[in-house]
Amino acid sequence: MTAVFLGIPTAPPGVGHLRGDRSFPDAARDALRDGQLRANLGHATSTIRAKRAAVVGEVPDWAELRQAGKAIKAATMARLDEHLLELETRVTERGGTVHWARDAAEANRIVTELVRATGADEVVKVKSMATQEIGLNEALEAAGIAALETDLAELIVQLGEDRPSHILVPAIHKNRAEIREIFARTIPGVDPSLTDEPRRLAMAARAHLRERFLRARVAISGANFAVADTGTLAVVESEGNGRMCLTLPDTLITVMGIEKVVPTWRDLEVFLQLLPRSSTGERMNPYTSLWAGVTPGDGPQEFHLVLLDNGRTAVLADEIGREALHCIRCSACLNVCPVYERTGGHAYGSVYPGPIGAVLSPQLTGVEDNASLPYASSLCGACYDVCPVAIDIPSILVHLRAEHVEAQQRRTPEAAAFRALARAMSHPRLWRLAQRAAGLGRFLARGRPTMPASLPPPASAWTRSRDLPTPPRETFTAAWAREHGS
Amino acid sequence: MRVALFATCLVDTVVPQVARATALLLERLGHEVVVPRGQSCCGQMHVNTGYRREAVPIVANHVRAFAGAEAIVAPSGSCVASIHHQQAAVARRAGEHALADEAAALAGRTFELSQFLVDVLGVTDVGAYYPHRVTYHPTCHSLRLLRVGDRPLSLLRAVRGLELVELPRAESCCGFGGTFAVKNADTSTAMLTDKMADVLATRAEVCTAGDASCLMHIGGGLSRLRSGTRTVHLAEILASTEDAVTPQQATAPAVSA
Repeated sequence: MTAVFLGIPTAPPGVGHLRGDRSFPDAARDALRDGQLRANLGHATSTIRAKRAAVVGEVPDWAELRQAGKAIKAATMARLDEHLLELETRVTERGGTVHWARDAAEANRIVTELVRATGADEVVKVKSMATQEIGLNEALEAAGIAALETDLAELIVQLGEDRPSHILVPAIHKNRAEIREIFARTIPGVDPSLTDEPRRLAMAARAHLRERFLRARVAISGANFAVADTGTLAVVESEGNGRMCLTLPDTLITVMGIEKVVPTWRDLEVFLQLLPRSSTGERMNPYTSLWAGVTPGDGPQEFHLVLLDNGRTAVLADEIGREALHCIRCSACLNVCPVYERTGGHAYGSVYPGPIGAVLSPQLTGVEDNASLPYASSLCGACYDVCPVAIDIPSILVHLRAEHVEAQQRRTPEAAAFRALARAMSHPRLWRLAQRAAGLGRFLARGRPTMPASLPPPASAWTRSRDLPTPPRETFTAAWAREHGS
Repeated sequence: MRVALFATCLVDTVVPQVARATALLLERLGHEVVVPRGQSCCGQMHVNTGYRREAVPIVANHVRAFAGAEAIVAPSGSCVASIHHQQAAVARRAGEHALADEAAALAGRTFELSQFLVDVLGVTDVGAYYPHRVTYHPTCHSLRLLRVGDRPLSLLRAVRGLELVELPRAESCCGFGGTFAVKNADTSTAMLTDKMADVLATRAEVCTAGDASCLMHIGGGLSRLRSGTRTVHLAEILASTEDAVTPQQATAPAVSA
């Protein structure tokens, strides 16, 4: 055993989808140029935003419900270890098997072995962020097991060999015409006269999926909630594909982040009100499936629960950042985010995009592995306003920026500039000198009301698209002091 | 009332006419204005860029400069929000508990201009005259951190000659975000473009707001496009009267062709 404490492990690199291969500004630059993407996102997010606002507005005690959600999550996280052990006991009592996975690699190995043990070479999947996070489909594929996504949007993404770009609506970046094209190209035996009418598209997917549900022997799901005191798992969905997966096959394997546990059955009453209104903008989601262990003669006869850490304990250790673990994956913050609305989800590099992704991904991987994400926000605060469990995302973003700055071993030019500026701003005489120096910038303007459009970096990042006013001859405070003789 | 004016670093250095207008307005309403000489910045830019340790001496300077002030007013929702929500927290994190307490006490006496006028002074008609078609952008920190609500709008509605037109998608961020505008310049510009489209759709002559920083962003974009629509701070509109339509304020577009 090593004598040096190396810190709580974060999600390991090389497995799963928490890290992008480009920084956010670079990836965003390309996304912003995709006019079709911008149109699709603008249309979809504004539609969901309006639906959410309408159904949240009709709940008179929404603010109290939100505070209840926050309080339950905070209390649960404070004793997470106890709740997880209780969950393990209850699930085991009811005939399930619980597995503990430290990270993505371990979870993938556990699931792969479980599927292999059944002899199946194909699994059906319920939409699950946890399995996207760990790259389970790729791990299964490497072991010769085909993983078939059954959520309509996940199916579109899988058939299009694309990546999900939204937590709830993974194909939000695609429009009807693009989906028709994907289906026409990839679904075997699809009606060649398929149109882009939503009903026709849904029917094509239904026919394709139905066959797979009926022959599936193993299903893999995530979980929205797990109730510790009853050992109950919960999946909330809209299409019924989840219900098919959770009931038809012989074996069910559920991969769940450890933060999804709630202490008691009663806690579900809060979250089952908060979640559908915040996510799909519905009063109640069409399907809520709840199961505990195994019931002889009814549903899967073998049930495995894989509890996934993959950096979550490290997040829990951060007093400010741990609030990110309260997230119930509703995606309301994505839908209101002015940054997400324009760049889409792929720019974030992680399966968790948008504001919550910008605080969750860097914490799961360690902030240096996703250092550009905490800066991918104008701190407008719209995310905090809509979060159903009141996660103060802007404050966590600012905190993670500081963690990044403080992790630098070498002094960057930016740090040198900010330190010099801090020194000036904390010494009035120095500050007045600095202001006078800034005022000299007016000579570059040569009498024009704005500065030249081609200034050197970093000012060029501003002046490429925006004029900068020419600084005045005298500051207000200097003029006031002159006039008032102080 | 004796009001200490916090000009804010950006206004003082780049758009001093906004602080001038704030002082003129408060004096016209019968209050004594003082401008503490030692003031510089609230520290927000440092905190929001990740330099929270470096922000501590800036907070200390701010607290020193305004010590003893009865009421402090700033023409910036964002800076006031930082004073309310960040100053004490960064001081406390650095172990400077006395400073944190002083900063928190000072924050309790610090007001954004529209909140000060409506809540503290109890006025909505400040006697202003501004014969222009105006649209109002509710900046994010005024809207969501300070919750100024419709205070700026009630002040604008009471201005003689002013035609107020509603801004579509008003609550959407303009894309400024401090150093975000530089670190994520492309995304910031995309947000700005949509904001400008909404501003221009109103056919307003003037876009106003309670934050000089957001206005510098929107105005910088409008000016680059050689749009005739200009940005004018709320304080400048409220300071305008029949005698001085726009004190110290150019009514011409920021760029002369």
